[in-house]
Amino acid sequence: MARNREGLVLLLDVGPSMHKVLPEVQKICSMLIQKKLIYRKFDEVGIVIFGAEDTDNELTIEVGGYEHVVVLRNIKVVDGDIVEALQELPRGTVAGDYLDAVVGMDMLIKKYQLTNKGKKRICLITDAQNPIKDPYKGTKDDQVSTIAVQMAAHGVRMETIIVRGRLGEDIDQRIVDENDHLLHLFSEKTSAKTVYVESPTSLLGALRTRDISPVTIFRGDLEISPKLKIKVWVYKKTSEEKFPTLKKYSDKAPPTDKYATHEVKVDYEYKSVEDPSKVIPPNQRIKGYRYGPQVVPISSVEWDAFKFKPEKSVKLLGFTNASNILRHYYMKDVNIFIAEPGNARAAIAVSALARAMKELNKVAIVRCVWRQGQGSVVLGVLTPNLSEKDKTPDSFCFNVLPFAEDVREFQFPSFSNFPASWQPSEQEQQAADNLVMMLDLAPPGKEEALLPEFTPNPILERFYHHLELKSKQPDAAVPPLDRTLKKITEPDPQLFSESKSVIEALCKSFEVKENPKLKKSTRRLLQEKPSGSDDEGGYGDTSNALAIKSDESQLLAKADKIGDLTPVQDFEAMMSRRDNPDWVAKAIKDMENKICNMVENCKGGDNYCKALECLVALRKGCILEQEPKQFNDFLHHLFRLCQEKKLGNFWEFLASKELTLISTSEAIDSEVTEDEAKNFLVKKLPKLE
Amino acid sequence: MELDPDDIFKDDEDDSDSEFYQQRESSKEFVVYLVDASPKMFSTTCPGEDQKNETHFHIAVSCIAQSLKTQIINRSYDEVAICFFNTREKRNLQDVNGVFVYNVVEREYLDRPTARLIKDFDCIEESFMKDIGSQYGILSGSRENSLYNALWVAQALLRKGSSRTAHKRILLFTNEDDPFGSIKGAAKADMTRTTLQRAKDAQDLGISIELLPLGRPDEEFNVSLFYAQLIGLEDDDAAQFMPSAGQKLEDMKDQLRKQMFAKRIVRRITLLIANGLSIELNTYALIRPTTPGAIMWLDSVTNRPLKTERSFICADTGALMHEPRKLSQSYKNENIIFSVEELSEIKRVSTGHLRLLGFKPLSCLKDYHNLRPSTFVFPSDKEVVGSTRIFIALHRSMLRLNRFAVAYCGSSFHPRLVALVAQDEIISAGGQVEPPGMHMIYLPYTDDVRLIEEFHSESNVRVPRATDDHIKKAADLIKRIYLKDFSVCQFANPALQRHYAMLQALALEEEEIPDTIDETLPDEEGMARLGVVKAIEEFKLSVYGDKYDEESNSVGNGKANEASKKRKAAAENAANESANYDWADLADNGQLKDLTVAELKLYLTAHNLPVSGKKEALISRILTHMGK
Repeated sequence: MARNREGLVLLLDVGPSMHKVLPEVQKICSMLIQKKLIYRKFDEVGIVIFGAEDTDNELTIEVGGYEHVVVLRNIKVVDGDIVEALQELPRGTVAGDYLDAVVGMDMLIKKYQLTNKGKKRICLITDAQNPIKDPYKGTKDDQVSTIAVQMAAHGVRMETIIVRGRLGEDIDQRIVDENDHLLHLFSEKTSAKTVYVESPTSLLGALRTRDISPVTIFRGDLEISPKLKIKVWVYKKTSEEKFPTLKKYSDKAPPTDKYATHEVKVDYEYKSVEDPSKVIPPNQRIKGYRYGPQVVPISSVEWDAFKFKPEKSVKLLGFTNASNILRHYYMKDVNIFIAEPGNARAAIAVSALARAMKELNKVAIVRCVWRQGQGSVVLGVLTPNLSEKDKTPDSFCFNVLPFAEDVREFQFPSFSNFPASWQPSEQEQQAADNLVMMLDLAPPGKEEALLPEFTPNPILERFYHHLELKSKQPDAAVPPLDRTLKKITEPDPQLFSESKSVIEALCKSFEVKENPKLKKSTRRLLQEKPSGSDDEGGYGDTSNALAIKSDESQLLAKADKIGDLTPVQDFEAMMSRRDNPDWVAKAIKDMENKICNMVENCKGGDNYCKALECLVALRKGCILEQEPKQFNDFLHHLFRLCQEKKLGNFWEFLASKELTLISTSEAIDSEVTEDEAKNFLVKKLPKLE
Repeated sequence: MELDPDDIFKDDEDDSDSEFYQQRESSKEFVVYLVDASPKMFSTTCPGEDQKNETHFHIAVSCIAQSLKTQIINRSYDEVAICFFNTREKRNLQDVNGVFVYNVVEREYLDRPTARLIKDFDCIEESFMKDIGSQYGILSGSRENSLYNALWVAQALLRKGSSRTAHKRILLFTNEDDPFGSIKGAAKADMTRTTLQRAKDAQDLGISIELLPLGRPDEEFNVSLFYAQLIGLEDDDAAQFMPSAGQKLEDMKDQLRKQMFAKRIVRRITLLIANGLSIELNTYALIRPTTPGAIMWLDSVTNRPLKTERSFICADTGALMHEPRKLSQSYKNENIIFSVEELSEIKRVSTGHLRLLGFKPLSCLKDYHNLRPSTFVFPSDKEVVGSTRIFIALHRSMLRLNRFAVAYCGSSFHPRLVALVAQDEIISAGGQVEPPGMHMIYLPYTDDVRLIEEFHSESNVRVPRATDDHIKKAADLIKRIYLKDFSVCQFANPALQRHYAMLQALALEEEEIPDTIDETLPDEEGMARLGVVKAIEEFKLSVYGDKYDEESNSVGNGKANEASKKRKAAAENAANESANYDWADLADNGQLKDLTVAELKLYLTAHNLPVSGKKEALISRILTHMGK
């Protein structure tokens, strides 16, 4: 473990121009440390801030200068203290000078000397908007070169994240250009990487918080033909970061037991279906597969003897037009083929093929068996992945393609076969065109929004945030989703308000309504509020949010009163509305009125049945909603009504149907015992006569 | 699915696909194979495979046998009955003459196919004459009409189930194009009429009757004599009927073993566009990896299925407990406890809908922006009227402007950022190849993308890059090795086909496992063509000069194999070290357990055995290797 530990120095610009993005800087850095706390516990991290009010570093003591640079935390093994320090970064008062990165480098070199090669990293976050100080001697270029050479010599990697809000305002373009030039020098001289981000959301995605050392899944020949084999290495290019695997927790141990592990063991037992008390030992178990209604046992010996055993190889089947491979055929996460490092010929061969494929718009179909002993082959497509940088090799992206068995040939109607009422008119089409053009996430000249490489996983961010909260306060509630992260799960209010006119035009052109023929109870209403979205109103374009809300209520508005035709259904629909607790009360009230009307206005027995139906529904609803008093009171009321209006026969009718008060056995809140409930109608009968 | 003890906290989305493996009743098919067993079926032969003459009866029976073997894999919930007519013996519920319903034990007449049925049916020809017998059932002078009887029996068999939930078919195999040819006059007209009426009755009940006529090169099956009327062919269709029927017979034999799935909606979702405008969409899984099917555990003694029981035991108290509702994550040397509810709360960051975020040009969707199989979305007006119209408009705009939509899919099991890529309908001669709609592609997040290229970037030197000449030679090569009509559906999965073949062989107790063809191997003949070889040689010369062989050799033994060298050295070292022990003696005296794991591994490494596992496993491996 310790062998692979990483030494990292976070160099954070806290100068005044950075203040507005510091919350994101804090978040992303604490996330980085949190993940290290879980996955790379032995890594070491230090924090240096510049542009600070104070000065506190070794170099200033040793050689002078380096003012406004504070070593917030010296390099040490990651712990909760570092996370905390990062969550309360002091706000600086002076424009930051990023060349004070030297301090970080100095710390790393002093700490590790020449050991830990390739695992020393500086991470610089700045807006690079402020001029750096002129050096004592030579030019700024020289100074940068000197530092870069030092860093390269000590194997220090540097990662720079430059926060560039939307330019304009009071920024001096000259300084910005000079800084860009200087930082570019770094990347030329050393293994340094510079990324520019514009939005806070992409800042959260800019720093990779999960450091995984790449491992090849294949090293060997890409066989173009038996006569031509190119040496390649294959890595995973994308791989989903899973939600951390949490352990099951047992709270059975007494609280006094300090050494309790709280672990839960999971035991699997295989039992015969006929005799559940009989446990079958592992050596008496055999695997089987379904064959029609039967299950065919296959012993592992048979399995090994007959199973498909392809040889390890990667073979080209041929090239084909890129248009033959549709994007949605890609089946899995993506691999990357690069030429064997250090093998110049292979690199040229890969580069030549990739560039020719790009030119001709062709892709290669390959058959891969990554490992000896792998029980299946993988069919995939190689697409060129050309590099624009001189230092980065050309490569291929590899995507898995489906086999014939994997494709389900479902038929769907052609759009042209749909009725005319489903076809958009020209004007509607125009509205849609405008929307697709204007709601642009990748406008020319600006940063592409939601670029996957710069978009953090909102769920994981939320989990780690909650984890940190819980570590301080075990019963902390789940925090709402961060505002910056909301731009991933919800439309960007700014973009939507910029394209307000096209959106409105679209909404005007198209009309949607719920299908009136559908039964209300089968409808899915717009349900499920996202957790932590309560602050929606305060955030973003309120008119937009309101519009959505009003629409929701409009969609729901269908069941807001009890009609004459289907009173029972209407009542049930209203009772099941969850958007406002008042609906239940209203539903009950309306239903009661309805029943009274029915009883009063009818003379024959016909409507009695209907009234009874309603009454039964009301009773059921009241039990479900635990409102027994409402119903019982109403029944008393109804009784009085019958007395007044001389509707004794309705009462008899009710008694014959054994409709009773709601008793305590049905609803705990009821004040009526079971006997009372039963006798209610019967007792009252004679009095009526 | 194999029970994996670690799957308890698997991401919920892993289960999302499992629903596809449940067959649905409504997609069932009931088929009655109606095979003519008249003497003519046995006497007429035609050249079959291997140029041997085969009887028509043999062709029909082997075709059914093949088809059953495929069906039991593809659609094992479909039900079949096999019924011969023009037989000597009779066996049917109606007790009519000349019709024999073939069956095996533990099975109803119309039922799912079983291994036993397939196995016995495979050798039906041996026993057919003895047990069932062939005898033409329509003779002048008698009122018997075996064809009529056969249709009646078939129809009665198909009475099961409603025609709404099942598709019912009668497949009729015969080589007699004029069944009432031997009868004259009114009797013939009468028989023809009643038989046609019987067929029509069946068709009215929703049963389709398909004819698979068997002809000979010199004696065409004349469908217009009688059968055109029976199956309801119009005059125009009759001309095309024969070739297509022949094709059908071929298709039945050579079907790919492929599990079939009924088209069903995975989920209904709402796409929120903007300002409260939302439309209804259905999602479908068009492409999903097919697995060999679920593993069932059996008792190896009785071959009876086993039930798996999972129990949770508290490690501290040893008490049996319910599935815990609390989970912990170790963090800062503490256990941080989460309840299941809290975790699902964390995962719920959006409503369970698709939320449109904007559009981007298609060039922004890189080849490596992919994680899992895509999901197909198609609009529906079932609940929200007007959805389809908006969908079509957006679909067209996206196609025309070459843009895709970015949306957040907030479903509970797999919330993710997705790309919606519009796909236009593609129709070829055979029908719809690609349905119109949009494909939902799951996008990676920043930490899901690995920067391999950067990892291999040189810090100071330029990497070698191909020159124009290299690229030109490569282009020539690409043009030579060109797959013109490549389609993703053209290759069967060799591992899966092998599995099915093995399963069949074991189930039917076949002697040999038939060889399956691996279609995924490169076309060696094609690669050996002169033009291809020349293009390859030229490319090789251009890139490698005359050093190709040298290079492949030197690299093969050189630097790249450092690891294997190391391994070899380790093995040698282990062999030397392990020679210091008297292993046989240690084993005999049961002293192996006194050695350390490192010592045990010496033996294993020296003998090229796996070194994984616990100490007991290592010891038992050593003992096995010594033959003790």
